[in-house]
Amino acid sequence: MPQIAQLSATYASQIFWILLVFGFVFFVIGRGMVPKVMQTVEARDKQIAADLAAAEKARGAADAEEEAWRKRENENRAQAQAIIAEAKAAAAKSTEGRLAEVGAKLDARIAEADARIASARDAAMDEIEDVAAQAAGDIVSRIAGISVDDAAARAAVKKSMVIG
Amino acid sequence: MAAESGKVDPMHQFTIEPLFGSGGWEIAGYNIAFTNSSLWMMISAAVLFVFVAGGLKRELVPGRWQMAVESFTGFVDSMLAANIGPAGKKYVPYVFSLFMFILFANVLGLLPLAVVPGLHAFTFTSHFSATGVLAILSFSIVLVVGFWKHGFHFFSLFVPHGTPVLMIPLIFVIELVSFLVRPFSLGLRLFVAMMAGHVLLEVLSGFVINGLNAGIGIGPVVSVLSFILMIAIVALEFLVAGIQAYVFALLTSLYINDAENLH
Repeated sequence: MPQIAQLSATYASQIFWILLVFGFVFFVIGRGMVPKVMQTVEARDKQIAADLAAAEKARGAADAEEEAWRKRENENRAQAQAIIAEAKAAAAKSTEGRLAEVGAKLDARIAEADARIASARDAAMDEIEDVAAQAAGDIVSRIAGISVDDAAARAAVKKSMVIG
Repeated sequence: MAAESGKVDPMHQFTIEPLFGSGGWEIAGYNIAFTNSSLWMMISAAVLFVFVAGGLKRELVPGRWQMAVESFTGFVDSMLAANIGPAGKKYVPYVFSLFMFILFANVLGLLPLAVVPGLHAFTFTSHFSATGVLAILSFSIVLVVGFWKHGFHFFSLFVPHGTPVLMIPLIFVIELVSFLVRPFSLGLRLFVAMMAGHVLLEVLSGFVINGLNAGIGIGPVVSVLSFILMIAIVALEFLVAGIQAYVFALLTSLYINDAENLH
């Protein structure tokens, strides 16, 4: 077993060199480099945490923004609806007014026309009476040879027309 | 692998040899020859340096290499945080150095470099003269931190809470002994685990060689079976290499926890 057989000859060298080499490992690598590596990890963790926090905050802001937008949108919609209703009411009112106006005008014209028709009919009746009286006078003078005066013929026609 | 008379000496791989004619180097009468063991300590340190330096790009979005290095520092950091608490942060450099140095030494010592003639991987963690130094370092840190932070109150570590007054002297002695055994168990565990695996591999490789030399018959069967077993054991040894490094670092952190927080 060389570990024991060579111990007295090599222990000093072994101890010297491992102290030297491990000293190098500890001071250069352990103390010099490892803290930098760990700082990097720490900085990254911090950055990630900060980024996450910022993202969370941004999301909160976006949510609030959306909420505000929705509120504004609802208000706008309500306002629009009100304007539409108002416009509809105004339009209905004006339509009604015009309809009434036109209807009145039409009524007036209809009444006028009715009056004209009535007067025309009266005139036609008078004329028919005249013609009938004349015709009756003619017929009587021709058949009976009697000359009927105009007023008697007219009265007889009127009588028979009223009895109809 | 001294194949004298067809036999493989499984212990030869642990022989320490001075390199580059440095056998006579001395400081104050102590021999400090630059040996194959020292060389592999340096190789482990150099490979570790390259590995960690590759992870030092400090990019916000890490590449694969940086990710690997960061996973190791994170592993040591979380181990210390779990065992010691917030006070464990300042021991990360030491435990990281310890863990990675042992891990790289164990793994590099398993490399099959002997297929290149003249090259031999050497596992210095299979020498208790090396592991012992690391164990004593860890133990010294425990002592220094313990007495620095708690003064003589540190001795209360040896009297668990709720011990009956009558039992205190006995418990104190038992706890003290178990405490003093720690550096030995720490250093010996690593040394024994590494040596056992390497000896086992060497013995099995001896079976393979001798079986082939035995000619037609049962010999090649032994060789094939031994070789299959070797493959499995190499895989196991890689596991052991990692586990032993982890155990060393874990026990160190547990001992430091005793010193930091008492009970």
